[in-house]
Amino acid sequence: MIVVKDVHFTYPNGIEALKGISLTVQNGEFVAIMGQNGAGKTTLVKQFNGLLKPTKGTVLVDDVGTTKVSVATLARNVGFVFQNPDHQLFSESVEEEIAFALRNFGFKETVTKKRVTWALNLLGLTQYRKTSPFMLSGGERKRVALASILAWNPRILILDEPTIGQDYQQKEKLRQFILQMRTQRKTVIIVTHDVEFVAECNPRVLLMRDGQIIADGEATETLTDTEVLTKASIVPPQIAQIFLHLPNMKLPKNVIDVYEAREILLKTLERKSK
Amino acid sequence: MGVIETRNVTYTYPGAAKPSIVDVSLNIEKGEFTLITGPSGCGKTTICRCFNGLIPHFYQGEMKGETIVAGLNVSEHPIYELAKHVGLVFQNPENQLFALSVEKDVAFGLENLGVPREEMRKRVDWALNLTEMYDLRERAPSELSGGQQQRVAIASVLAMQPEVVILDEPTSFLDPLSAKKIFEVIRDLNRKLGITVVLVEHRLDLTARYADHIIVMDEGKVALDGDPHEILRSEEARLIGIGIPKATRLYQILKKDGLKLGNTIPLSSEEMASMLTEALKDG
Repeated sequence: MIVVKDVHFTYPNGIEALKGISLTVQNGEFVAIMGQNGAGKTTLVKQFNGLLKPTKGTVLVDDVGTTKVSVATLARNVGFVFQNPDHQLFSESVEEEIAFALRNFGFKETVTKKRVTWALNLLGLTQYRKTSPFMLSGGERKRVALASILAWNPRILILDEPTIGQDYQQKEKLRQFILQMRTQRKTVIIVTHDVEFVAECNPRVLLMRDGQIIADGEATETLTDTEVLTKASIVPPQIAQIFLHLPNMKLPKNVIDVYEAREILLKTLERKSK
Repeated sequence: MGVIETRNVTYTYPGAAKPSIVDVSLNIEKGEFTLITGPSGCGKTTICRCFNGLIPHFYQGEMKGETIVAGLNVSEHPIYELAKHVGLVFQNPENQLFALSVEKDVAFGLENLGVPREEMRKRVDWALNLTEMYDLRERAPSELSGGQQQRVAIASVLAMQPEVVILDEPTSFLDPLSAKKIFEVIRDLNRKLGITVVLVEHRLDLTARYADHIIVMDEGKVALDGDPHEILRSEEARLIGIGIPKATRLYQILKKDGLKLGNTIPLSSEEMASMLTEALKDG
């Protein structure tokens, strides 16, 4: 569980990136953090694994303050995948990249091998086992970065813009994987601009603007609230946009899913034709 | 002849076991807004590198076939000469920015072209205003966020006012509203100045509405090539796994249910909403 209490954070250059954030993320929750560029999303999630420590306020991860433990200790439980994979990758082969952290954590070589194979397979990277990460496409490098974190099976997973450069099928695999993590009571926190991905996953959504959380709730509520979305510099998902444009026929406005949209529209038309 | 034409281009990166693009022949007309899409690793970025001569001049490897851009065979003309005609915005802005200030980065290409000072000032300010980076013009690009860096990368290409602008997932780090604004700026330049735009994107929800022409690549080959409405309607597009916009998807599902909707497949939520409004009226 992550408990954030009135956290403020100011960078050394004087920029105040977080202005009083309070928030609890339960074990097994799936949270999407969205909002304007520069709203403080990445700064906030970096507090969760101790990469940044609050200037004021506290962050507790499983009841322990992040100022009390090292990033290395936290990392065992909190896996963090960066926005830009090039900030993370450095090994000569994909396989080495994934094995690196496992060896650091002291896993046995047999376990390391098994885990590497599992992660390669999960992210569709098996054919690149011996390839240099720098030979791969942007989307593929992103998946290597993700594989190298998933391999050590952290209990809390933080993904900064996981869908960049990913095609539809990769996104669908990611969605399935996140659902699977949830069934194991693992916590998944994503920072993303990908409204359509969030609409398909239907997580708890936090909207941020200017260092503060301006909305916190179900995706069906937050992603259809045009006023708060505009403040957060987010465009509603396409299905929501369609319903917002439709004439007022007592149609619900909080629809983000294609199949739900279909049912509502068919029912409405049936009613009318009677 | 189109402004970009490739004839049977096959290219293999040095040390790679197999080619990244195979026998690619395509034609992009002057003034078109073309969208290139396809699964991750399908060769989208590689084909863009052919359009501005990075392949074969910068990346070694083995190239077969010909790429003609603005009437120039890219194999026979150096990158700096091609740069007068083609601007490329990279997927990762960090690969593109290097100057000590935003302004200098945007001016760099113009300095190289020997544009007079007055004109340079005008074009730099114009590009910085279009991308809403004017207020940050004295900042170091390395201090900026990913999204801001992407704006600078776009500004530095636009300032050159090339005949062809190629953008490889240019707004991936931008928030949705900012991304939408940037796409609209690019669309305006395409319409008003007749600049040919080639955009590489996975997110068709955001971009399909702007396209005159869609090319779908799969495993290094051109799988589909044509009119956006025709391509997004096709079963093949769905099977290749490109992300059909949700508005288009809803249309297809409702059509299957036997609903009477117009025959022009919608590419945006506005188009779909007005079709549904008609259907609900008639009911």
